[in-house]
Amino acid sequence: MAKTARMNDDTEMEIAQPLPIGSVGKAASGWWGMQCLIATEAALFAYLLFSYFYLGSQVHGPWVPELPKLKIAVPNTILLLASSFVLHWGETGIRRGKNGRLVASLVVTLLMGIVFMALQGVEWHNKPFRLGDHAYASSYFVTTGFHMMHVAVGLIVLAVLLLAAFGRRFSAERHVPVSIGALYWHFVDIVWLCVFTTFYITPYFSS
Amino acid sequence: MNTSAFSRVPAVVKEQYGSRTAERLEEIWKTEAGVGGWLSTVDHKKIGLRYLVTSFLFLVLGGVEALIMRIQLAGPDMQVLSPERYNQLFTMHGMTMIFLYALPVLSGFSNYLWPLLLGSRDMAFPRLNAFSYWVYLFSGIFLYASFFVGHTPDAGWFNYVPYAGRAYDPGLGIDIYALGMVFFGVSTTAGAINFVVTFMRTKAPGMSINRVPIIIWGTLTASVGNLFAVPAVSLAFFLLWMDRQFGTQFYQPHGGGHPLLWQHLFWFFGHPWVYAIVLPAMGIVSDGLPVFCRRPLVGYTVVALSTVLTMFIGFGVWVHHMFATGLPPISLSFFSAASMVIVIPSAVAVFAWIATIFTGRPVFKTPFYFFAGFVFLFTLGGVSGFMTAAVPLDWQLTDTYFIVAHLHYVLLGINVFPVVGGLYFWFPKFTGRLMDERLGKWNFWVMFVGFNLAFFPMHISGLLGMPRRIYTYPSGLGWEWPNLITSIGAFLFAIGVLLLVVNVVVSLKRGRVAGPNPWDAPSLEWLTPSPPPSFNFVTIPNVATRHPLWEERLDEGPERSKLHEGMLLDQGRETIGTSTLDSEPEAILKMPGDSYVPLLCSLAITWMTWAALMHWWHSLELSSVLLLLVTAVWLWPRTELGQTAEVPHG
Repeated sequence: MAKTARMNDDTEMEIAQPLPIGSVGKAASGWWGMQCLIATEAALFAYLLFSYFYLGSQVHGPWVPELPKLKIAVPNTILLLASSFVLHWGETGIRRGKNGRLVASLVVTLLMGIVFMALQGVEWHNKPFRLGDHAYASSYFVTTGFHMMHVAVGLIVLAVLLLAAFGRRFSAERHVPVSIGALYWHFVDIVWLCVFTTFYITPYFSS
Repeated sequence: MNTSAFSRVPAVVKEQYGSRTAERLEEIWKTEAGVGGWLSTVDHKKIGLRYLVTSFLFLVLGGVEALIMRIQLAGPDMQVLSPERYNQLFTMHGMTMIFLYALPVLSGFSNYLWPLLLGSRDMAFPRLNAFSYWVYLFSGIFLYASFFVGHTPDAGWFNYVPYAGRAYDPGLGIDIYALGMVFFGVSTTAGAINFVVTFMRTKAPGMSINRVPIIIWGTLTASVGNLFAVPAVSLAFFLLWMDRQFGTQFYQPHGGGHPLLWQHLFWFFGHPWVYAIVLPAMGIVSDGLPVFCRRPLVGYTVVALSTVLTMFIGFGVWVHHMFATGLPPISLSFFSAASMVIVIPSAVAVFAWIATIFTGRPVFKTPFYFFAGFVFLFTLGGVSGFMTAAVPLDWQLTDTYFIVAHLHYVLLGINVFPVVGGLYFWFPKFTGRLMDERLGKWNFWVMFVGFNLAFFPMHISGLLGMPRRIYTYPSGLGWEWPNLITSIGAFLFAIGVLLLVVNVVVSLKRGRVAGPNPWDAPSLEWLTPSPPPSFNFVTIPNVATRHPLWEERLDEGPERSKLHEGMLLDQGRETIGTSTLDSEPEAILKMPGDSYVPLLCSLAITWMTWAALMHWWHSLELSSVLLLLVTAVWLWPRTELGQTAEVPHG
């Protein structure tokens, strides 16, 4: 019955090569689905930052109540960005079948993410204003709050991947859930760079 | 055959519907009978029909609200409705039609048709598809629950602050609207992602992007637009809820906020959304109309490009909703110019349709009437839109009935007429039976006459200065006649819709049996039996031209599609993954089976939204944990989907 794949010569396609089965790299639908999710999430943060700049441009009187302190924020930013590299190291590991390296990198990334959230909590606590004091405060807490939620979701994703990695579910041939999860984590980090630049750096240029 | 755990050469066979192979595929793809199957199915055809039925029910609800308002406005100083009730009705009417009807109905068509048009067996993410439907349904119910808890949104569908702020509008109504819209946005976003990835990944081999039907372009463009537009409105509503419940100052001028932030965020979403709810409908016409003109669409390429261009420019026109808000003239000039430029791609499409009719041999069946009627109404609505794109005229007309006339010409003209035409066109595919032609023509003429009778006089009452959103008006201003005619027209239009319902019900039982291709149409969905089996295609078609079923008669070149011979893919639920531009086979995609997870996820989100509304924080925590657990089960790497290291089995 089944003759092996060969189409007539007049059609362009010929299948002589075996095709991968299932979710592989950029052939996986999930990889593209995550790209789309990131696009829409990036838009969300763009609108949050737009709100910040718009309200800042329309305000009567001072917008930023005091120049933001960088003592915690800068190291924390570096910590979060570094976590992306750690995760990438684990992802390249599993591409070569090194599950131990993946597990190690997931554990370290998780810890770095948790420390980031804790430090960010301290940062929130140290702010001299509260959520409802003025529009700047609302914008600050809601935007960084959205980001914290994304970090939290990212951590849960990493934890689930860690569980799966413990169960040795990934290999050199099949590891696309790791790549997809890592993609999300990198996004969370890059978005933080935008949020950080907006809230912590731009006030130093505008005053 | 070269088969390993991770790759194989797909078998290529020649098979027909009804064969043993087809029976085996049916076993693999079918949804179990009974309640369990009903709640867990991921079949895009079932989901598509659910979208259609649900959105139609919302259309009827919104229509009844409109009719009640038209009774109130039929004459001066009427007292059928209190001002408060009237506010609630026009708010719910707008919200229902624009959010709960206009896009979901198009998602219904697209969900049903996309895999059939693309020669695939399902959408890229079947479970996400079920999820987006359930979320749509539950968010619709959530928004309507406001009627039962006694607090109904009443600040208009675009819900301007400060009026929608807590100081002027206490009570839960606005909060229900705010959270309900964030909730609804989840459905739109999930659906949009699904369409985009389906377009990128699951077109049949050979179906390069210059061969896909125009409705694919329409829905794709709408989906990409929605990915970038929906977050704006979700955020706007979320910030409003924060302002109302937690004392943030985003829209509060005394706290350094600004009411216009709402308008910017809302219309930055709102205008692309207008195109999202018309471009797929225009796609329905671009694909349906040529079938009844017995020729291919004139100017396929420019129509596809103008579809994309419309959305692109559509992101740069939002301020034309805000001409009267006191923005600087330079900004008004820019957005006025952009709003006029957008006429060009629309006109390209209109001329393509006219040329198709003019150079074709029209067959006067009911769908043709609706499609041709649409071209007329679109032109009228386009002209009034062009008029209000001019700032000085808009200053005169804004917030009058002229705008109401314009938006109804655009939204009903470009959405409802193509949708009804599309229903007549694809009903035989959905059900296996044709709709009644005689009743169909009555249906068209009653709707068409009723529509123009209802909405054309609104231009006049607007020019006579009648503001929108007033619950009644005194006599002696010259508004009596236009309003009475409008009310009569509205009821006539409603009778037209009723005729549609009658026709659907009668034809379901007694319609003429259609066969696979009753209209002798060119695209792949007509290759399948009516209604199509759960697996759509026995073998994956190989597409060589834009009109696979018309190749012999068009004879445009030597290429011929292979429609009855192709990849079998029968080791479990499988379909072919192809490259985005040229659609060359890249991978065998393992598709998930039926699952309760999408339903459970949607229920968890419903619970979360309700808990947030009521400030039940403990309950919110519980439901969030439930959502996380169910999502983890959903996304857990699975062997049978080829996501893990173990050997995949069929």
